Amino acid sequence: MLEIKNLSVSVQNKTIINSLNLKIERGKKVAIMGPNGSGKSTLSNVIAGKQGYQINDGQIFFNDINIFDLDPEERAAKGIYLAFQYPVEIPGIANSSFLRTALNSIRKYNGEKDLNTREFLEECKNLSKKLNLDTSFLSRDLNTGFSGGEKKKNEIFHMLMIKPKLCILDEIDSGLDIDALKVISDGVSEYSNENNSLLIITHYQRLLEYIKPDEVHIFNEGKIIKSGDYSLVEKLEEKGYQEFV
Amino acid sequence: MTTSETAKIVEEASEYKYGFTTDIEQEFAPKGLNHDIVKFISKKKNEPQWLLDWRLNAFDMWKNREHEMPEWANLKYDSIDFQDIHYFAAPKSDEEKPKSLDEIDPELLRAYNKLGIPLKEQEFLAGIKNSHKVAVDAVFDSVSVATTFKDELNKLGIIFCSFSEAVQNHPDLVKKYLGSVVPTNDNFFSNLNSAVFSDGSFVYIPPNVKCPMELSTYFRINAANTGQFERTLIIADRGSYVSYLEGCTAPMRDENQLHAAVVELVALENAEIKYSTVQNWYPGDKNGKGGIYNFVTKRGTCLGDNSKISWTQVETGSAVTWKYPSVILKGDNSKGEFYSVALSNNMQQADTGTKMIHLGKNTSSRIVSKGISAGKGQQTYRGLVNVLPNATNTKNFTQCDSLLIGNDCGAHTVPYINVRNELSDVAHEATTSKISEEQLYYCRQRGINEEDATALIVNGFCREVLKNLPMEFAVEAKKLLELSLEGAVG
Ligand SMILES: Nc1ncnc2c1ncn2[C@@H]1O[C@H](COP(=O)(O)OP(=O)(O)O)[C@@H](O)[C@H]1O
Ligand SMILES: [Mg+2]
Repeated sequence: MLEIKNLSVSVQNKTIINSLNLKIERGKKVAIMGPNGSGKSTLSNVIAGKQGYQINDGQIFFNDINIFDLDPEERAAKGIYLAFQYPVEIPGIANSSFLRTALNSIRKYNGEKDLNTREFLEECKNLSKKLNLDTSFLSRDLNTGFSGGEKKKNEIFHMLMIKPKLCILDEIDSGLDIDALKVISDGVSEYSNENNSLLIITHYQRLLEYIKPDEVHIFNEGKIIKSGDYSLVEKLEEKGYQEFV
Repeated sequence: MTTSETAKIVEEASEYKYGFTTDIEQEFAPKGLNHDIVKFISKKKNEPQWLLDWRLNAFDMWKNREHEMPEWANLKYDSIDFQDIHYFAAPKSDEEKPKSLDEIDPELLRAYNKLGIPLKEQEFLAGIKNSHKVAVDAVFDSVSVATTFKDELNKLGIIFCSFSEAVQNHPDLVKKYLGSVVPTNDNFFSNLNSAVFSDGSFVYIPPNVKCPMELSTYFRINAANTGQFERTLIIADRGSYVSYLEGCTAPMRDENQLHAAVVELVALENAEIKYSTVQNWYPGDKNGKGGIYNFVTKRGTCLGDNSKISWTQVETGSAVTWKYPSVILKGDNSKGEFYSVALSNNMQQADTGTKMIHLGKNTSSRIVSKGISAGKGQQTYRGLVNVLPNATNTKNFTQCDSLLIGNDCGAHTVPYINVRNELSDVAHEATTSKISEEQLYYCRQRGINEEDATALIVNGFCREVLKNLPMEFAVEAKKLLELSLEGAVG
């Protein structure tokens, strides 16, 4: 699904990602754990196509296409989704109309017809119930005045509506209470199947206890310093990052 | 029915409605402005002596200030030679008109296509040779629609006709209210308009009648060639209500670069007038060449107690916009509102805002202005809240937001607040923001391209204003904003 080869990225001449290699197979759940400031969000943004980074070396392939030439919206249309660590507020635009615009843009890119509005709203309502969200949040302005937890849930709500192939979850668990964490992890786990892949970025164990990743990588200073299976999560929890650095 | 038969019927219909239109084709006044021209205009319209005197008086006042065009606005444009203009609809001879759409600014054509305007109407809007008759055919259906509406309005005693018609058929009303809100010499352009106004709309709503439909200039087909010096008068008698729509979203080209309209609204006791405008005159090409200069005076008086006047405007067109729809709050407990979206892209300049003049007790006003600048566009909000000594318990709230797209545009806010009554509550908030990179990136990550994302964010920025427009107008206004923003990003 995703293959990152020898990637080096810097911002304002400071190296943030340093000769990174990472492969995510179709159907796999991959976790990246790393301390604050280690470059996790930078990595997510470089995959999603955010501008402003210097790519010094390397390539990223998504389903065997080099994506460096694609705009963020093209990557999105091809199935890359990023749940933002800090979702952005857009006043005056209802959450549901934003989402409908997004879905129709993606459909248009892929040569599909616009959504049927009634079916879309029906699906929205069912899903918001599942995520324990009041339906009023469909008509509220996008992320505007949402609590931290609501913003995170909304990222997952968008994801489940858009149905991407590669889901990058950037610290989806920070600032969530236990109940919200459970609802979100259930939603994500249910979505995961043999045709899609997850890249879960976190520095807590909790979320991973629910989602049970297939592979775990420990990330520091823009590099993977240790890889393993789920047992690595427990080891990390016991010993802390220091042990691995 | 053959085309020629249709044309004949339309011609008769239009003759019946606007007696002199066919004559104009043959006769028009030479360039320049003097007593004779004013008399010519008045005679052509078969006006009564009092109106001719009124025009001549206006002309004399204007003559004294001919070289004193106001300069306080934040606008730059070439000086206008007022003696080099035709004041009585001089239709371009066919030789001078563009021969086909091939000769029209391609940007304009793209806009027509995006708005889904049929080819024949495009030709009319663009002022193509021989397109008038075709356009009359094209709007023929709406002639009959308009007639049906007219019957319904007649039953309720509502008068909705061209200004010229009103002069003939309802002279008492016209005489009583013409110039009562915007005095002849109020400003340079109202002064000019008073001398030479061409035509416009007249509306009278009788006591306690709620006008059952939105009155729209669209149903007054007279539009051709009256655009330059329009004169509109709307009177809502005691306890009545009317919602009036002006303008159209299609960018209209006009050979006349200078536009100076006057609109007067009068709301008597317990009456309410809602006036919505979408202004999209040709803004000129990317370098600002050929755009319309729009100097408009719009004002309403809440004459009676508990009356209300609400202005909503979406201003996306014209090269230069100079416009301050205002409300004089004379009656006790009266309310004034001003909701505005103004967008300046490329070389466009807009200096726009409102005046709320509080005279009566317990009056309130609300101002929501959303200015958007893109390209090299310049945008100024200029507003006055004036609370006079007797206006006890005045309430005013002003929200004035500017949105910048790109680095070469400008936004300016010039609020004048003058409070001479201590028991008043006047609040002003202003913000200036840019569309943030983070917002654009977020939208794009969700699959929405940069241009659509910009339009989306702008629509969100304007929502408070757009939601005041009647439904179908709001939908069109949204499309229009998107269109006017094209090329503003990337
Ligand atoms: N746009 C930027 N400008 C300057 N420094 C940046 C920028 N983005 C990230 N950084 C720096 O890069 C490092 C990694 O940041 P980030 O990717 O957000 O880490 P993480 O998500 O792992 O906490 C930090 O030192 C951060 O300050
Ligand atoms: Mg981060």
